[in-house]
Amino acid sequence: MATDERGMLIPVIDDENAGFWEGTAAGELRVQRCTRCERLRFPPRPMCPWCHSCHRQFVTVSGNGAIWSFVVAHPPLLPAYAALAPYNVVVVTLDEDPALRMVSNLVTRPGGPVNEVDPATIRIGEHVRAVFDPPNGAGIAMLRWMREAPVTGS
Amino acid sequence: MPPAPRHLLKDATAIAGIGQTALAKHLDPSETELAATAVTAALGDAGIAPSEVDALCSYTMEATDEVELARNVGTGDITFFGQVGYGGGAGCGVVGLAAMAVATGQARVAVAWRSRKRGSGPRPWTRPIAAPGDVPMRWTRPTGLLRPVDEVAMLTRRYMHEFGATRNHLANVALACRLHANRNPGAVMYDRPLTRDEYLAARWISEPLCLYDNCLETDGALAVVVVAAERARDCPQRPAYIHAFAQGLPRQSQTMTNYFCEDPLRGPSWTAAQLLWDRADVSPADVKVAQIYDAFTPLVLMSLEGYGFCKRGEGAAFTEGGNIALGGTLPVNTSGGGLSEAYVHGFNLITEGVRQIRGTSTSQVDGADVCLVTSGEGVPTSALLLRS
Ligand SMILES: [Zn+2]
Repeated sequence: MATDERGMLIPVIDDENAGFWEGTAAGELRVQRCTRCERLRFPPRPMCPWCHSCHRQFVTVSGNGAIWSFVVAHPPLLPAYAALAPYNVVVVTLDEDPALRMVSNLVTRPGGPVNEVDPATIRIGEHVRAVFDPPNGAGIAMLRWMREAPVTGS
Repeated sequence: MPPAPRHLLKDATAIAGIGQTALAKHLDPSETELAATAVTAALGDAGIAPSEVDALCSYTMEATDEVELARNVGTGDITFFGQVGYGGGAGCGVVGLAAMAVATGQARVAVAWRSRKRGSGPRPWTRPIAAPGDVPMRWTRPTGLLRPVDEVAMLTRRYMHEFGATRNHLANVALACRLHANRNPGAVMYDRPLTRDEYLAARWISEPLCLYDNCLETDGALAVVVVAAERARDCPQRPAYIHAFAQGLPRQSQTMTNYFCEDPLRGPSWTAAQLLWDRADVSPADVKVAQIYDAFTPLVLMSLEGYGFCKRGEGAAFTEGGNIALGGTLPVNTSGGGLSEAYVHGFNLITEGVRQIRGTSTSQVDGADVCLVTSGEGVPTSALLLRS
């Protein structure tokens, strides 16, 4: 896995998953849909495990979901990540399907750093929505998550 | 045609020999030298000449291939060789492969081993990854979910949320393993006691997991010799019969980053357990000691549930009151396990299981006539039931 100009790992893009990254660059969250049984699936793969069709397309989903779990990473880490630690990583369940989950960071604003949310305020079940970083040096726009509403004092 | 025998493997083979090198943060010999040393030690323990070995079983991550191992150890002609993937999930699978080779007549003397310089070598997650097998990591590593500990911490947080487990439950696992290591002179942590206060004050690695939730980083090698049951009875050591063996890869599960399915907390242990207990004459209630894969403390809680020692969500409570330490109803990882004896991809759990059946553990459980040994939860896994 290569790194970008800041030393962050760059996602590996191939023919199978390119539709996802075309979506993030366009500011949309897209997942694969089986064109026979219409079930959504993620991560992308050639065959639908439910109806065994290889006919598939990327479709745009709402980008709304809820935090399923999260971690707060501390060193030892790769240098570019250690510089940001402690930072959060969250797993989000998409509203469209309870088995459809994605992994990224909770940020306070599109393009914001991954260590700006106070980890002590993160809760499982919090509603979040997809946001997208500006494209990095490799032209890849990373998916992140933002709270639906600003956090009020607890 | 008559139906295939349902229990072809049951008690058909036994582990007749175990061997190992020293286990330490750093050892000078190469992984190949360590592998050959452990294998010849196991053959010596079994009283079987290297020239009799005709099967070799190993992890796909093993650096020493069959050709090299055979040329060092001086085996005879090899008629069966095979490997099992998925790192820490492989251990019992490698021994199970050896048992199947012997039980089906493809070989007479099978050797299984693991040699690794994880203590001296680089941390695997610091290396570049781009192989096709790394597909799941493409969706997680760039976000900073870099290490196995991060991947397991994610499942752990959810587990704690759903079932009310606390850090004190994770500490129960770390402290039980350390207690057992403090009784085992061969353990890396033999002379290093650990208190609950020290556990709770330890630095974070990936919240909710701290330093002591992580296994050791160890150099060392271990090996076992598998032969037919009748042959084992003629060997010098008390046989540890391979009563049952199973592997597990649940439907729609993902290795390590198992978030992309409906029920991630029903992990590979649950799948392996179904076949294991179906094939066995015993049930979890008959098991008095277990060696449960412990690269990270929460994996033990999840495995206790998966293998049926308690109900779903009760793995944490099961560890209370010293229940998984020597003197409890199910002492776990009686040599110290990966957390406190050594981390060699779980192979030391297998040799400790054999010692319990022989009655030679440094934390021997009275009447241990059945021992469960498991490999990694969270990855495609495997398990063995050993019996006397
Ligand atoms: Zn389909």
